[in-house]
This record gives sequence, C-alpha cells and structure tokens, in this order.
Amino acid sequence: MPFGLGETRSINRVHSPLLARAVPWLTVALASVVQTLPFIASAPVAPPLGFMVLLGWRQLNPGLLPVWAGLPLGLIDDLYSGQPMGAAMFLWSVAMISLDLIEQRFPWRSYLLDWAVAAGFMTGYLVLAGIIAVPPGSLPLIRVLGPQLVLAILIFPLVERFIALCDRLRLLRFRSIS
Amino acid sequence: MAPPTSRRTGFSKRAQYGTFLGYVAAFAGMLAGAAVLVVAFINKDAFGGLRGMASDVAAPAGRTVAAGRAGAQDLGAILGGFLTSGATHARMRREIELARTRLAEAAALADENRHLRALLGLREVPERPVAFARMIASTASSTRRFATVSAGARQGVQVGMPVRTPTGLIGRVLEVGGSTARVLLVTDPESVVPVQRARDGVPALAQGHGDGTLQLRLVNLGLNPLKPGDVFVTSGSGGLYAPGTIVAVVVELTRDGAIARVLGDPATADYVAIYPVYAQAAGMPEALAPPPAVTPQLRPARKPAPKPEAAN
Repeated sequence: MPFGLGETRSINRVHSPLLARAVPWLTVALASVVQTLPFIASAPVAPPLGFMVLLGWRQLNPGLLPVWAGLPLGLIDDLYSGQPMGAAMFLWSVAMISLDLIEQRFPWRSYLLDWAVAAGFMTGYLVLAGIIAVPPGSLPLIRVLGPQLVLAILIFPLVERFIALCDRLRLLRFRSIS
Repeated sequence: MAPPTSRRTGFSKRAQYGTFLGYVAAFAGMLAGAAVLVVAFINKDAFGGLRGMASDVAAPAGRTVAAGRAGAQDLGAILGGFLTSGATHARMRREIELARTRLAEAAALADENRHLRALLGLREVPERPVAFARMIASTASSTRRFATVSAGARQGVQVGMPVRTPTGLIGRVLEVGGSTARVLLVTDPESVVPVQRARDGVPALAQGHGDGTLQLRLVNLGLNPLKPGDVFVTSGSGGLYAPGTIVAVVVELTRDGAIARVLGDPATADYVAIYPVYAQAAGMPEALAPPPAVTPQLRPARKPAPKPEAAN
C-alpha cells in the first residue's frame, strides 16, 4: 500500500544495546591508556586510574561487569601500565572475586563503607603491584607509594562521580521507528 | 536498598549455569594471569611485540597530548616570566658575555683535541643522533619507569640505543614498535648505568631509585670521596652509552655512595634524541657486553653485606 498506510508504525525512544553493554568496558580500557598520557613522570605519582574505574563500576553498578572481567581488562592495562605482563590480569581477577565475596558478606552498605573497601583494595593493589614489578628491597616502597596512595584514595569519589555520568550516558535513549 | 545479589538465580537452569560458569571463568582468569606473570618473569622480552603494537595504537593520542603538554609548560613559563623578567634579563646578559669568551676558548680546545687525537691515532666516533622524537607517554602509575617515544623501527631505532635530552641522559631503548619505542628511564629500579665523576673519573654505578633520583654505588670501596654537587657522566664501559654524556648531580651522601638527582629531566624535555649504540658507532660491536641492567649481582642485597673497612 502507498505511504505505509495500513501498517502500524510507532516512534519510540529506546536504549542502545551496544552503548549499554560497551560503555563500562570502554571506560576502564580508556582509563588504562589515559593514566600514561598526562605527564612524563619520574616517580609513580598518578593514581591507578584503570583499576579505580573498574572498582567504581563494580561498586556503583554491581552485576554490570561479570566476575571474569578482570582478565581481559587487566590485559589491556598490562599493555600500557609498564607492569610486567600478567600483573593486572592476576590482581584484577583476584579483586573482582574478592569484591564479590565482600558483597555477599555485607549486603547492606553505606557510602563510607564502600569508600573504605575501595581504599583497602587500592592499598593492597598498589603494594602488591609494587612488589611484583620490582625486586623487593631495591625500592623505598612506602616513600614511593605513599603520595600515590593518598592521591588515589582522595580522588576516588571524583572517579565515581565520573562513572555515574558515564552510567547515564550508557542508558541514553535514541529515537527509533519500528 | 540492598544490592541485588548475583548468586541467587532462582529456578532457571540457564541462569544457574551462567553464574556458575562466570565463577569458573573468573578463577581460570586468575590462574591464567598468574601463568602469564610467571612467563613474563622468566622471559622479559616475551610480550614486547604485543606491547609495541599496543603503544603504536595509542600513539596518535599520545602525540596530541604531548603537543598540549609542551604548550602548557610554555604558558607557565610565560606567566612566571612577567614577574622575574627584568632581573633575569640583566643576569643573562652578564652570563652571555662570559659564555661567549668561554665558547671561543672551548672551540680552540676542541680543535687542539682533534689534532692531538689525530696524532695518537684515536678513532673519532661520530655523534649523530639516529632520530629525534617526542616523549608521548610514561608509566606514571607504576613503580617501573618506562616512557614511550614517538620514533620506532621505521625511523631506524633499535634496542639498546641511548636516549638523551640536551641536558643529559634519560635512558635507553628497551622495546621497539613500528612507530614508537619503549625507553627504560635511568630512574627505573632495574636500570644500571656505569658512570664516573666528571672531575676526576671516580667510577660508580648509577641505579634508579624509583622516586626520580639515582643511587650511586662506588665501584672502589673505601672512604667515600663524593661531595654534594659532584657531577657524574657516563663512563662508556659496557659499550652502550658514549662516554661523557652527563647524567646526574649528587645531592645527598649515603654510606656506600650517594643519592643523585637526574639532570636530563624527561618531564620538562620537549624532544629527545636517540643515539646509536656506542660500541657499534665506534665500529667495535665485539666490545658490546651484555646490557648491564640484567646482571643480578648489581642488584642491592636485602641485607647489605658487611663492608670491608668495618672490620679494621
């Protein structure tokens, strides 16, 4: 029939499935690349952005990233972060599994508890990553990691704020005609 | 509201299997990561190609940011310059008068040097850089100190080549990609550079300290002859770095050496120059010892061994 008469066409605004699934993975991968760019550092000073964004997604929207997400995202982080290959793959996988355990143990959480858990994970991650990357004893570990750790803990709420923004972007609605 | 728990899947067999397989995959991923880590420890070059490709992919973003970084530093200098311009100008005029005469003297000395070397029959080693490049990324969040430069195999860069700025040595090429190369900075805990005091040639090894400084270890044990302000240059032993490249200045004395600050600060350098491996440029590739960074006895022991002079 001419002019589509007789068909029922509806105009709707719906989520994009691609965007809804890809945004968490993309933001973590991009954060892993971005942490190497802003300046040429002669000491570890930048917070581990890739890991922080992963933590943030896991805490703000649990269930969005699967438990095994640590492996592929850690691979991308290892390619850029300068750690020995496999360090982030291993540590991020461990972090995802233990975050799952913590969620089972404390289903009712406050923001402060979430922040404290994230701070604990970042501390453990930085110390373990430092031990894996360089032979222990050849580095004043506390003096080198201290500023980085404090910065990472203080900046974490901002990272979560950014993730919340990305979460809204993720569920953006587009016009569709069906 | 309590977050929805992902383990209670209800009666759906499909959802139950999905959750179970997710956990299996997570633990498998953990083990795979550990296995890769072990491989990376045994063979340090195992994933160099993969990393080279990855840094080639990110290179355009790095170039853009590097240009912006240089602009931002210039802006800071311009703003600061408004306050100190007059005094700096006057001081620089005085210094440039002196520098002109010194430069003429130095040219005469260089000329004399060339004649004397010709008399002795010493071989002249050409000091021409292979490539100039921008620093486009660094491992700012890791305890290892690597930087990525925007020149790679296509520009003739090879593994082992020293990288320097006009103000000093900053490292050597570790892995080469197509259009990028990964540089091991001298401040990395696993980088060891053979150096000597510029004034009288006291030999030492400069090992990275992880926080932007170098740990100088004297080769000859005995009384510590170093003083704050001593300048160290590469000694050329090992055959990687040309002798006489400026490296660091002593800021603080320790028991068996000193802590030194790196002079070629990569953070403020806009461009770096990549030089050929010295022994090859000098036509003596047989003199090329294995890279000094991997010899295990150079690493500091966890407990310092008793020093010989402590006994007497």
